[in-house]
Amino acid sequence: MAVRWVRSALGAVAVLALATFVLGPLLWLAAHAFATSWTFPNLLPDGWTLHWWEEVFADAQLFSSVRLSLAFALTTIVVSSVLCLPAAYAFGRFDFPGRRTLLIGLFATNAFPKTGLFVSLAALFYAFDLMTTFTGVVIVHVLGTVVFMTWIPAAAFAAVPRSLEEAARDAGAGPARVFRSVTLPMALPGILVAVIMSFLASFDEAQGTYLVGAPVFYTMPTEMYSLVLNYPRQVAAVFSILLSIPSVALLLLVRRHIMGGQLAEGFQIR
Amino acid sequence: MTSDSGDHAGLRLRGVGKELGGRSIVADLDLTVARGELVCLLGPSGCGKTTTLRMIAGFLVPDTGVVEIDGVDVTGVRPERRPTAMVFQNYALWPHMSVFDNVAFGLKVRKVAKAEIAERVEEMLELVNLSHHIRSRPGRISGGEQQRVALARALVQRPAVLLLDEPLSNLDAKLRVRVREDIREIQQRLGITTVVVTHDQDEALSMADRIAVMNDGRIEQVSSPTELYRWPATRFVGSFVGVLNTWSGTLEPDVAVLGDGTRVPLDTPAASAAGSDTEIGVRPEDVVLGRNGAAADVARVVPRGHFAEVVLTLGESTVRAYVSGEAPPAPGERVCVRFRRAIAHADGRLVR
Repeated sequence: MAVRWVRSALGAVAVLALATFVLGPLLWLAAHAFATSWTFPNLLPDGWTLHWWEEVFADAQLFSSVRLSLAFALTTIVVSSVLCLPAAYAFGRFDFPGRRTLLIGLFATNAFPKTGLFVSLAALFYAFDLMTTFTGVVIVHVLGTVVFMTWIPAAAFAAVPRSLEEAARDAGAGPARVFRSVTLPMALPGILVAVIMSFLASFDEAQGTYLVGAPVFYTMPTEMYSLVLNYPRQVAAVFSILLSIPSVALLLLVRRHIMGGQLAEGFQIR
Repeated sequence: MTSDSGDHAGLRLRGVGKELGGRSIVADLDLTVARGELVCLLGPSGCGKTTTLRMIAGFLVPDTGVVEIDGVDVTGVRPERRPTAMVFQNYALWPHMSVFDNVAFGLKVRKVAKAEIAERVEEMLELVNLSHHIRSRPGRISGGEQQRVALARALVQRPAVLLLDEPLSNLDAKLRVRVREDIREIQQRLGITTVVVTHDQDEALSMADRIAVMNDGRIEQVSSPTELYRWPATRFVGSFVGVLNTWSGTLEPDVAVLGDGTRVPLDTPAASAAGSDTEIGVRPEDVVLGRNGAAADVARVVPRGHFAEVVLTLGESTVRAYVSGEAPPAPGERVCVRFRRAIAHADGRLVR
């Protein structure tokens, strides 16, 4: 009895701690977005207002930066899919010399400090006239997505049981049809996860975008830099909430596909 | 997919061999399956039976030899172009498709008209008693039902040869008996040439027209179940199929002389067998306890339902006897033993 009580108490504490860490900052942010001001000793904001929202929406830069962010994110996903998914399939399905080295090598872009990478990238971009171009920014964004656009789909492709593909061959389908009707649909949840992560990564990318894109291309995160520096804290809060809307919407949208557990249905792996 | 070419066998393997990873898995294998016949490939794991099946299906290309279906050489033909259909061991149903779509897939690939697809799929699901699950996902139905979907998916393609890889190994014992009867019944009704891979002798004995016992990449014997059980061609077959009491010793027409000199009378005259490497084999149900014969002591009695397994000490050896009918002897009792019939293998081959 006592043991069970202690265990549930510990569980409650853990849940509470987790909630504080996850939700606490969000609550703080939300409160700030509607607060006139909020100074240290006070437990609650001094007053409530929509003033900051008006101020942000009045900014003409805002909508163009939202549009630009979406344009970069969508382009990044498409380019990254075209480049990485075939590689992911090869990594997941075939054993070729240097496979492991290449797979680890993909981490290279994540192994170095981003800024250092971008500086050398800038040197190259100047040479190829890619600075302050749409293409240049897309390249920076795609670089940041290569790892998960390759690793996660590779695992998803590798997890498709061979017997399911063989059964399709046996039923008369050629290799292309097998891929379209069996392999791809079964790997789709994994690919979807990778696409979402790429979208969010691109949507969030600030350093490289600033370096390569400024002053021509201001996306939401780069816009945020100037907001944080030049405006009161409340404006930044409003802006972060706006920045999170697409991500949250996207996650809610695909949640069913990822969590549906289609993968586990219908076959037994021995 | 049936062809009209007269008297060809449904399936024929000639001198088929396959090496995988530098190891010979199947060597110089010959097998002929008549049209409409069900042949079981029976053997311990690693004997090459699944490899053989995969070569028939086209997933593996044999290094040597020829695979013929209905008289046509298909050795180099890719699996999607072969008139074979396989039921996989884990059923390999596509989890993202409904039962209907699973069964219909092969027909869709072949661009059969929509109306005909629906008709044939429904007909097939009726045959395997699954019409009520036509819209279900494979993950939502039981193992036995998944198995029947896999069977329907194979049969709907009207294959010339049906291949089943350990079709019952994922089912529980009760279901296994029923499903194997169902498979046999459907196979006979459709008259379809069938090869079943199994390691379970009960399965093979109860389903097959003929059984091919495989060991170490070779076929040891191809016979009807009865023949196989009564006259195992090799020592391996004798011990793999059913239970066999064995002794080194010699057979005379009316007496078995065991290695320790014990002489046990025979009820059925046997072919004489002598020589240094002769092994006598007697099935437990052929060990008769009675008033006369060689003296033996009852060591243990194991009730097995409709019969009792009696373990006897006969001379220096241990013998198993199946006793049915009247009450079995009690442990410690002294009994007399005769053999109803005995077989002998000399140098591993049957003496007949």
